Amino acid sequence: MFFLDHIYLIPLLPAFGAAMMFFFGRKLQKSAVSAVCVGVVVLAFIMAVGAFWQYTDWAAANNHQGFEKVMYTWLGSDTGHLNYVKQDGSLAQFHADVGFFLDPLSGIWLLFVTGVGMLIHIYSVGYMAHEGGYYRFFGYLNLFMFSMLTLILGNNYVMLFVGWEGVGLCSYLLIGFYFHRKSASDAANKAFIVNRIGDAGFLLGMFTIAWYLGSVKFTEIIPLARSGRFAIGDPIITAATLLLFVGACGKSAQLPLYVWLPDAMEGPTPVSALIHAATMVTAGVYMVARSNALFVLAPTSMKTVAIVGALTAIFAASIGLVQNDIKRVLAYSTVSQLGYMFLALGVGAFAAGVFHVFTHAFFKALLFLGSGSVIHAMSGEQDMRNMGDLEKRIPITHWTMFIATLTIAGIPPFAGFVSKDEILWQTWSSEHGAYIWLWVIGYGTALMTAFYMFRLMYLTFHGHPRMSHDVEHHIHESPKSMTVPLMILAFCSIFAGFLGWPHSLGGESRFEKFLEPVFSREATVMAEEKPGQLAAGAKEAEQTSGTEYLLMFLSVGAGIVGWGMAWKAYRHADKGYPEPIAVAAPPLYGVLLNKYYVDEGYDYLFTGRRKLGDVRLGVMGLGEASSWADSHIIDGTVNGAGWITRAVGTLSTWWDKIIIDGIGVNGPAVVARMLSYPMRMLQWGLVQWYAFVMVAGLLGFVFYYAWK
Amino acid sequence: MAPITTLHYLVAAAALFVLGVIGVLTRRNVVIILMSIELILNAVNLNLVALSRLYGLHGQVFAIFVITDAAAEAAVGLGILIAFFRNKETVNVDEVDLLKW
Repeated sequence: MFFLDHIYLIPLLPAFGAAMMFFFGRKLQKSAVSAVCVGVVVLAFIMAVGAFWQYTDWAAANNHQGFEKVMYTWLGSDTGHLNYVKQDGSLAQFHADVGFFLDPLSGIWLLFVTGVGMLIHIYSVGYMAHEGGYYRFFGYLNLFMFSMLTLILGNNYVMLFVGWEGVGLCSYLLIGFYFHRKSASDAANKAFIVNRIGDAGFLLGMFTIAWYLGSVKFTEIIPLARSGRFAIGDPIITAATLLLFVGACGKSAQLPLYVWLPDAMEGPTPVSALIHAATMVTAGVYMVARSNALFVLAPTSMKTVAIVGALTAIFAASIGLVQNDIKRVLAYSTVSQLGYMFLALGVGAFAAGVFHVFTHAFFKALLFLGSGSVIHAMSGEQDMRNMGDLEKRIPITHWTMFIATLTIAGIPPFAGFVSKDEILWQTWSSEHGAYIWLWVIGYGTALMTAFYMFRLMYLTFHGHPRMSHDVEHHIHESPKSMTVPLMILAFCSIFAGFLGWPHSLGGESRFEKFLEPVFSREATVMAEEKPGQLAAGAKEAEQTSGTEYLLMFLSVGAGIVGWGMAWKAYRHADKGYPEPIAVAAPPLYGVLLNKYYVDEGYDYLFTGRRKLGDVRLGVMGLGEASSWADSHIIDGTVNGAGWITRAVGTLSTWWDKIIIDGIGVNGPAVVARMLSYPMRMLQWGLVQWYAFVMVAGLLGFVFYYAWK
Repeated sequence: MAPITTLHYLVAAAALFVLGVIGVLTRRNVVIILMSIELILNAVNLNLVALSRLYGLHGQVFAIFVITDAAAEAAVGLGILIAFFRNKETVNVDEVDLLKW
């Protein structure tokens, strides 16, 4: 039980690496930096695997409950300072431990965060080899790993929030890694500020939970929520879950807070892979899945999650169809895939959503690292219009990215097919088909996904070379430290799907079985409440009907059709190749290329960058208007009252000074002084004159009497 | 040579006294003024001692008191003078006109 008992070491190891970089990084050699920073993450991965292994044994002997290890009480000892009144009027104590919680849900996150994180650290050694700020980069990456692991392993919402803020901070630091570039620092600020909006929602949701349920601890909240004391549709729980979902929208880039993620591509590519594709952005999914016991009590919230997820999925995918920057295509793809995950959570298929997070982590990290390899080979070029025909020149990158593309496009038997198909099937079948229109959206998204991914592949690796001769001359395959992680991730992308291979295709749905202790109760709650709702784990067993095979066939078809369309349009792309959407519908192309003008709309509505004459528009304008009203009307009244008081005071002062002091007090003194003036003339101060007068007087008396 | 009579002493004392008064009234340096005051006092002493020929020893005793008094007066006067010099950087009496009004 060594690994399980020392689970706290998993986040502490990267924290140690980050601290080393903070204090000594400047003085260390690059080799030492790599050794420390990569070393701690490898150790953390080994610890994570060990802990997971021991957990499975431990859970089998302990009724499949979560393993909890409390280190010490962080907030709220028995001093009574943190007592507060709960919603029902009773007294509760705010109590948060530094404690770790390992159950199947956090275990899965733990594995892929440390695993993918380790590969990306190794990859970065090659990618960042020629960059400045090497130790700074690895220090930030380690700090990120620490924050993310705290987020995953925390046993209460406060710990989760600490990690949540930590990953936000690291995201900010790493997006702004090239801080001398204005666009990078702007993107970093944008990410931080947009995330703050979501964080506000999360905080309010967390406080609402503490106020309503009297605890922030998962192991207390979940049994309480499942105890049947709360009715389905409880308004306070609905509010709390909606607020939590606002937080998830910020962190996981859902409508309407997704705008920061595409801009986050200003950071170095390994960062895009680690933080903005594989791990951090799934924190929102993790939080919603972790709060599943509360979400099932709030059908309105579930519906909101599903609808927002589906809309985000198709919205981002449609933007991705026409973008030209290779990383931006992948960024919108990430937003779109996150939408899928929320769609799954929203329709109650928690396990399917988590499974998609799991597979997505591999193939999206692979795509990003592959794109980094391409950018590396292209001497920093990111515009796909200037690429082409790289297939033979960087073969490892090409083949690994091709595998990832097949995966994300949903071509069987790769991992993406299994998880995405599961989501679509659950969407179709839940609630007696009330969500069929969401399925239509998801299906459309699948088609678009296949199209934009194969567009990316054809523009990058096939067709005619469109780069300048200088760049063409420098093209080279990346070093081993970059290609080996690519190959490992490609391997995972192919085979991760078999972990959750569905019953209908002769598998065992082992992934869902494994997650059953976390989600099973919800499934029963939902099934009892709405008979049409099928239990997530049990569904395949009872319904391997023709519909499911038909849907599977259709979604594979979507992948193949998208592939074919991209093949037709871009296979021979030469300089100035036509965009099929631009040819068919130029206005639509403009709208998509400009991302539906959402950033511009936000400029009009929120950021205050747009002006009408001298008047700022949007909420900032409203703020300025009320500031003007405050400073001119309210303050004017206040100042007016002040002015009148002061004027009266001045008059009173004049009366006092001139009449009272001048005539009454000083007047007699002046008169006395004037009258005494002649007397003063006799006293002029020279002692010798006084003596002379004395002697003269004396002589005068002498002569007077002598004369007489 | 005629013998020296009391009148001689009185004339000499009167001359000394007049010199002292003229010194007090005309000199500007406070040190000289103090010295002139000594002259006046000593003129008085001479008078007292000379007249003791006629009226007994009371005058001589009183002269000794006057000498003591003169010493005390010189000490206090010079002390004031030094304190004053520290403030004003001068010992000229016509620059000292604080004792007015």
